[in-house]
Amino acid sequence: MSESVLYSIFLLASLGIIAAVVLYLVSKKFYVYEDPLIGEVDAILPAANCGGCGSPGCKAFAEKLVKTEDISDLFCPVGGNAVMKMVAEVLGKQVAEKEPTLAVIRCQGACDVRPKTTEYQGPRNCAISAMIYSGETDCQYGCLGDGDCVAVCKFDAMYMDEATGLPVVITDKCTSCGACAEACPRDIIEMRPKHKKDLKIFVGCLNEDKAGIAKKSCDVACIGCSKCEDICPKDAITMLNNLAYIDPITCTLCRKCVEVCPTHSIIETNFPPKKVKKVEAIVEPEKIKTDA
Amino acid sequence: MLKTFPKGGVHPPENKITSSKSIKRMTVPKVVYVPISQHIGIPAEIIVNVKDTVEIGQVIAKSGGFVSSNVHSPVAGTVTKLDLIIDTSGYKKQCIIIRTDPKNEANFQEVDYPLIKDITLEPKAILQKINDYGIVGLGGATFPSHVKLSVKEGTVLDHLIINGVECEPYLTADHRLMLEKAEEIIVGIEILMHALHINKAVIGIENNKKDAIDIFKKLTQNNEKIKVAALQVKYPQGGEKQLVRAILNREVPKNGLPLDVGVIVHNVGTIFAIYQAIQHNIPLTERVVTVTGKKLENPANYWVKIGTPITDLVNEVGGLPEGTRKIVNGGPMMGKAIKNTDVPVTKGTSGILVINEDEASRGEPKNCIRCGECVFVCPMGLEPHLLMNLSEKGMYEKASAEDIMTCIECGSCSYVCPSHRPLLDYIRFGKQIVKKLNTAKN
Repeated sequence: MSESVLYSIFLLASLGIIAAVVLYLVSKKFYVYEDPLIGEVDAILPAANCGGCGSPGCKAFAEKLVKTEDISDLFCPVGGNAVMKMVAEVLGKQVAEKEPTLAVIRCQGACDVRPKTTEYQGPRNCAISAMIYSGETDCQYGCLGDGDCVAVCKFDAMYMDEATGLPVVITDKCTSCGACAEACPRDIIEMRPKHKKDLKIFVGCLNEDKAGIAKKSCDVACIGCSKCEDICPKDAITMLNNLAYIDPITCTLCRKCVEVCPTHSIIETNFPPKKVKKVEAIVEPEKIKTDA
Repeated sequence: MLKTFPKGGVHPPENKITSSKSIKRMTVPKVVYVPISQHIGIPAEIIVNVKDTVEIGQVIAKSGGFVSSNVHSPVAGTVTKLDLIIDTSGYKKQCIIIRTDPKNEANFQEVDYPLIKDITLEPKAILQKINDYGIVGLGGATFPSHVKLSVKEGTVLDHLIINGVECEPYLTADHRLMLEKAEEIIVGIEILMHALHINKAVIGIENNKKDAIDIFKKLTQNNEKIKVAALQVKYPQGGEKQLVRAILNREVPKNGLPLDVGVIVHNVGTIFAIYQAIQHNIPLTERVVTVTGKKLENPANYWVKIGTPITDLVNEVGGLPEGTRKIVNGGPMMGKAIKNTDVPVTKGTSGILVINEDEASRGEPKNCIRCGECVFVCPMGLEPHLLMNLSEKGMYEKASAEDIMTCIECGSCSYVCPSHRPLLDYIRFGKQIVKKLNTAKN
């Protein structure tokens, strides 16, 4: 009885020892040296694995940060300046400070202002419908409304507004990783600096058609009238292909362009409302013009 | 037993309503919209200016490279505008807009060209002329013909196959052309055989066009070199690979061309265009278009000038019937719905199909029931259900390994799917991404 117990203990113990020796030798033989710094940096990174930095994941980005000499070009949009500062401390390298950015939707073509002229019955997927034709409306530049951007957002920072048929960015959640901009076949999503209190002014349109055609396809299209370009005191607005673009760096958020835009295609966000009197005086004549 | 390809295929209702209607000449449109990109490859470069006067057949846009093609003016008139117009692709593309000169008689003359049988040109000169006169494949793919015919030295070519299959339902443009211009087509075949030094040619015609088969059999009775092959009616027999397999029993390698098995395939429409160019110096400025649909008043076949707005064509057959839901450029299987009727006819427009509301809608997609119908009908031996899933889930490497790129986009899988799954939509999407990934790799 005791013999068989001892026998099995001995057998198992010797098996264990042999296995341990083999494992030890194998691990010595195939040992891969990894810089301990990589693990340290990886622990600091937000572990979102969103790809916003351009690397396939946080670990890969950590490796890149450790191995690259000059890391001033590298940036983690999710962690922002705080995380990059910590990384810089660990690595003893210089990082560039970047102004935080946000995704903005440069299209206001909701169902009521941009009428549908055709019906699409294929799969509801922007990439597929973009491959087939210019979309259900007559605007071939605007949002297709099938939500590819919402589908790729890893931070639940976007949703489709059912009333307008357009995607909406939840500014608090957006990390500006750029996945939505990449997914959009129309390139209507742009990363723009997040100013204080999230004040932003941008042209909410990408229509490059001539005025008449653009206006016919969408009521709030930029018609390329150059009024905003003329009024801008800082020359922040450039006109290209019948379309205005506001340079976010030069723009001082004075809001003069918003007032003169006859089609209301310039969007301002989170500004306090202007005095009522002034608004009325400006909006009324414009309305008459656009109706005529 | 008639010849056909062995793998897959479907037989949709033929609906060849217009097969007994001879080709009429379409009224010359007041304005033509000529896109500069009517072929696969680099768009042509515009060489006219606004207010220029142009003659019929004058080059208005020059070939932009090797894989490109000249564009000629279909009418005599004045260039009024160079503008972006929605073309058959669904996007705005550069077009040359020409107003027809109503006083210029050349626009309205109907010339009966005599049949010229003697081939006087050297092979090289023939190829050059095909290039100069803007000939592209008229079967639908619009691949520039001179590229297809520029065979590398040392390639063994033994057969020329003429595609008179027209397997698409509804369309009868090639059928009518074969009936009305049979002799010219035979000369066209001889021109190509001379140019390519090929001794054998086979005209492939499906058995639902018995009259065309009879005509060509009669014409080639004493001809050792040209034969006619009657084929079983099956879609997509007009695909190059399927046709080569059906007629010669040769398998074109995957990702290969018929050239790899010593064959070159041309559509009958292209052959006729080549005949016109070589023997009569007429560039490709008009083509046969079938305007059809079950509810149309007078569906018919027309000789249409390139650049004619589809609105004009529809008006010619009695206007859009009530309840029209969809207008397709091409046939019901491979054709593409157009966005509005202002879209102009291009070199690739073989038909305009007007579909009524009771047949226009796609079914609501449901879950895959694993019936395997799509696998059964795929003429390329692929697994469409798998390819669709892989593209949908973004597994492009795997899709590439499953030969997604060999798909010929015939749509047989979507046609048979009892769950109305958008198989081809996703496969086409996957193909596009795989193509991008492959070019990025190289």
